[in-house]
Amino acid sequence: MTKSYPDHKSEGAAGAELARRDDATEARKRADAPGQPSPVEESGQLVAADRPDQVAFEYAPAPESRSVVHLQPSYGLFIDGAFVEPVDGNAYKTENPATEEVLAEIAAAGLEDVDRAVEVAGRAQKEVWGPMPGAERAKYLFRVARIMQERSRELAVLESLDNGKPIRESRDVDVPLAAAHFFYYAGWADKLDYAGFGPHPAPIGVAGQVIPWNFPLMMAAWKLAPALAAGNTCVLKPASTTPLSALLLAEIIQQADLPPGVVNVITGAGSLAGAALVAHPGIDKVAFTGSTEVGKDLQRALAGTGKHLTLELGGKAANIVFEDAPLDQAIEGIVNGIFFNQGEVCCAGSRLLVQESIADTVVERLKRRLATLRVGDPLDKNTDLGAINNAAQLEKIRELSDAGEAEGAIRWSPSCTLPSKGYWFAPTVFTNVSQVHRIAQEEIFGPVLSVLTFRTPEEAVAKANNTVYGLSAGVWTEKGSRILWMAGQLRAGVVWANSFNRFDPTSPFGGYRESGFGREGGRQGLGAYLDV
Amino acid sequence: MSDERLAVRKTYKLYIGGAFPRSESGRSYVVVGSDGAFLANAAQGSRKDVRDAVVAARKAQPRWAGATAYNRGQVLYRVAEMLDSRRSQFAEAVASSEGTSQEEAAASVDAAVDRWVWYAGWSDKVAQVAGSSNPVAGPFFNFSVPEPTGVVGVVAPQASSLLGLVSVLAPVLLTGNTAVVIASETRPLPAVTLAEVLATSDLPGGVVNLITGRVAELAPVLAAHRDVDALDLAGAPASLLVELERAAVTNVKRVLRPGAAESDWTEAPTPRRMLAFLETKTVWHPIGL
Amino acid sequence: MESEARTTVQSASGALAHLGFDQSSRPPAGAPGLRSSVVGAPSAVTGEMLADLRRSESDLRRFLHGLPGVDQVGAEARAASLGTRSIKTSAKLWALEMAVSMVDLTTLEGADTPGKVLSLCAKARRPDPGDASVPPVAAVCIYPDLVTVAKRALVGSGVKVASVATAFPSGRASLAVKLADVRDAVVAGADEVDMVIDRGAFLSGRYGLVLEEVQAVKEACGQAHLKVILETGELATYDNVRRAGYLAMVGGADFIKTSTGKVSPAATLPVALVMLEAVRDFAELTGALVGVKVAGGIRSAKDAIRYLVIVNETVGEAWLDPSLFRFGASSLLNDLLRQRSKQLSGVYAGSEDFSIE
Repeated sequence: MTKSYPDHKSEGAAGAELARRDDATEARKRADAPGQPSPVEESGQLVAADRPDQVAFEYAPAPESRSVVHLQPSYGLFIDGAFVEPVDGNAYKTENPATEEVLAEIAAAGLEDVDRAVEVAGRAQKEVWGPMPGAERAKYLFRVARIMQERSRELAVLESLDNGKPIRESRDVDVPLAAAHFFYYAGWADKLDYAGFGPHPAPIGVAGQVIPWNFPLMMAAWKLAPALAAGNTCVLKPASTTPLSALLLAEIIQQADLPPGVVNVITGAGSLAGAALVAHPGIDKVAFTGSTEVGKDLQRALAGTGKHLTLELGGKAANIVFEDAPLDQAIEGIVNGIFFNQGEVCCAGSRLLVQESIADTVVERLKRRLATLRVGDPLDKNTDLGAINNAAQLEKIRELSDAGEAEGAIRWSPSCTLPSKGYWFAPTVFTNVSQVHRIAQEEIFGPVLSVLTFRTPEEAVAKANNTVYGLSAGVWTEKGSRILWMAGQLRAGVVWANSFNRFDPTSPFGGYRESGFGREGGRQGLGAYLDV
Repeated sequence: MSDERLAVRKTYKLYIGGAFPRSESGRSYVVVGSDGAFLANAAQGSRKDVRDAVVAARKAQPRWAGATAYNRGQVLYRVAEMLDSRRSQFAEAVASSEGTSQEEAAASVDAAVDRWVWYAGWSDKVAQVAGSSNPVAGPFFNFSVPEPTGVVGVVAPQASSLLGLVSVLAPVLLTGNTAVVIASETRPLPAVTLAEVLATSDLPGGVVNLITGRVAELAPVLAAHRDVDALDLAGAPASLLVELERAAVTNVKRVLRPGAAESDWTEAPTPRRMLAFLETKTVWHPIGL
Repeated sequence: MESEARTTVQSASGALAHLGFDQSSRPPAGAPGLRSSVVGAPSAVTGEMLADLRRSESDLRRFLHGLPGVDQVGAEARAASLGTRSIKTSAKLWALEMAVSMVDLTTLEGADTPGKVLSLCAKARRPDPGDASVPPVAAVCIYPDLVTVAKRALVGSGVKVASVATAFPSGRASLAVKLADVRDAVVAGADEVDMVIDRGAFLSGRYGLVLEEVQAVKEACGQAHLKVILETGELATYDNVRRAGYLAMVGGADFIKTSTGKVSPAATLPVALVMLEAVRDFAELTGALVGVKVAGGIRSAKDAIRYLVIVNETVGEAWLDPSLFRFGASSLLNDLLRQRSKQLSGVYAGSEDFSIE
């Protein structure tokens, strides 16, 4: 991709130019800040590697400082307003997936810990939070939102350290959206009569909420904010590999002076603490975001228990590009659709359905665009693609990508040096993919795009809907009526027209079919937490 | 030699376009407390001041309406934070203006802040409650969105100098309208103090404009002004109501009449005051290949 | 010399003079390489087709309206996202110096005098009297009747003289008057001519007229390089910017330029993005490398660096050169110097530390 610099100028001028550049190089060496280059800088940068002299525009390392975060060596469970040691649980370690460095020791809740958390949540709901006037619940939640805004940098850096996502995303997307979710739902707490659920809708009780590792803080906000606004109390179980931002959120909840027991955070293994939580008789409502497989286990476990349940599961979204799409923006939408958050997104646009008449040009432009995608240190502000969250997920991505090759699809990645430590996967595009291929049917949950073609709108719809999932879809065309027709035909809970991966606390999000049921966000999002 | 420190007394001016001018008429009038004691010389606004205020409100309206609902909510919530931190100052202003006890005044101020917070939380929700997608009988996508009506002229309540004021002003703002407010004639001081808070908040200049003076002189000007889109007659004297409603006809203003008696502002509000200043725009688009 | 360095599209003869590479041109970095047959492009453009576009207004309209549309929200989001790139330390210094070398130091006021132009030229050849390692700017940009003064003042400096012409800034005059304007500038020795397109003709759909004027001016330029000002603020939509950019390039532009600087909005990051995409696509279609100049409203070094990032990630390294990218600016230069001195010394500069023009 990179070529040697052309010399447009005449000899004399060229000589002067080179001399000037040598001087400039010397000046640059003097000017280089004493800050350490990030450990992955040399190997992680895609653009202009191994250049003898800086004639091209190399972005120097731009690391976000870690000093804003104060990591404790160990963390307890957050139960009844305080951080406590597990009673019958133990501890494990959470690491930075970009470097495999251990970040902290985390409590793993045992059955008694779960029991206690649910009990205090139940008491807090009956005696304090449920009877509290909505306007007061609102003020508590406004406080949480404001403190999140105040501590936004700390939250963003912590999130990138624990999850592996680029700091630019945690700073510009995850943290602002999480705070905005609290802000939005705070305002509903004293307006529930107007939410369209009938007069004086009541909370359900105690919510047991299990969240995944891909958007740890944002998922915590999506779960807690509406539940609390509606008058429920919560026991939240963060994913085992990403507990830190939820624990910082617990600290913020302490700072906001929420009454003890209203929010409880129990870290630990999904198979133990998570399972115990959702099965607990003191839990009235379960909210789960995670894989379809585990979601089904949960639904099975809850059968006949009378517990309210909402599920937000996997997806295999089709990103549909018509020949009259705004081409450059469509390319950005494709890139954003599958490489945002390393593709570890339930609503990722993991299938590109491109109209056959422009398929070649789209793939060509996409490959050219991917050459500027920067893979590397999540804390570098210029990184576009960070680390995969954990070794198990990396293995799944590898397995499915190998399967893709084996089933005859053509695999391509931009040239890219991955760091030796940490969990990394290069952005990957498969062309020549058919509906029958595993990589067109199974959720990969990584930065892997499968490209298929279609001829007509009806065929696009048929292929897009030919999946057990139904979470999201993208439609790229300049024709308004076609956008609306496609939106009406696609079996997906979220349709993005000429856009992708847009989220807003006012906008309901959730799936059809095996992508789950229930909606988060918007007025509709209250429905999951009201006894209606 | 007195022990008491000599106060630096405040001058009460108008609030127009984000600035604090005196009345262009140069007039002022005496504001007394409920005990008859001198409180201040307030600016006595003129028709030209009203004219200038409407110009400022019109100028500010597109940008305020064009901000995201989230942004308006953030701005208004921060105003509530500022009000809350000045509770004692406002309580004193209310107590001296209305002649209530300090406790009653403090309760009134607390209610005003909470009222402001309630309304701030509506900004990103009113579209979901007042808007809709409509299932028309044809291949069309049809949706209705509420939009702000524009510049709203507000005659603020005469007796309830802060809680009443906040109850009529906040719904105008969260919906994306801008306001020209005629303050309570005899109890304007909390309003001017509120204007000082607004001036130092993130609220852009011109979104709120406040005129103090004689209601009988100023309200008819506002009512007849053709660049004012709506009129809130909450604090209009009963003797003027018919005249004001008639004057508003010139450009078919949307008029919000006061309740039978001046409202009990402590009662929980309904969405009425927001819906009064929202237009509904309905859009059709075909659905097809 | 820059004129040999890039392929340019010849007019009138009906054939593309340089399709493919001569030894001093090369494909944009990051592109899969230019091909004479275009794979999957919106419409394959050969020499013959270009001639058709020049002959037939209806063909031209169909071509321009057949280009992919630009989604405003998406384009602005992409530009904003590129604007968040954090350019520090060595990269920042490189970018600042590169930006200095890309400045067309500009004065376009009714009150301009030879004295003003002399002062401008002195600054242009030596922006920082205290530091000889600061490169000279690329060019000065002035009105045609001051070209002679500037040429004399810039002898031996390597700094080019760019003259506006064609009844700048409005362009509202007869073609004869506009061409006379160009010839005056060229005869006086201008190395570059910055023309304005007829926006009235463009907005009323008379693309053929716009094209003819570009071609006529190009011919009148002789050896001088032609920059074509689109006046994007008046074109109002990104679709129009893309179409006008293509029009200018089909007409023979060596550079397409955003604005006269007399109308607001002038240069913006998304407008530059759209123009750079057009230039990239045109290079892929025809082999011609056309430059982009952003002008008007660019005052801070931070903004200038953002533009360079957009160039880097849209068209690639080849355009990171004064022969293919320029900043039309005046106060920008001192901010570049201020930021450069902060990078080198670690201290923020004072307000009088750098000379005014």
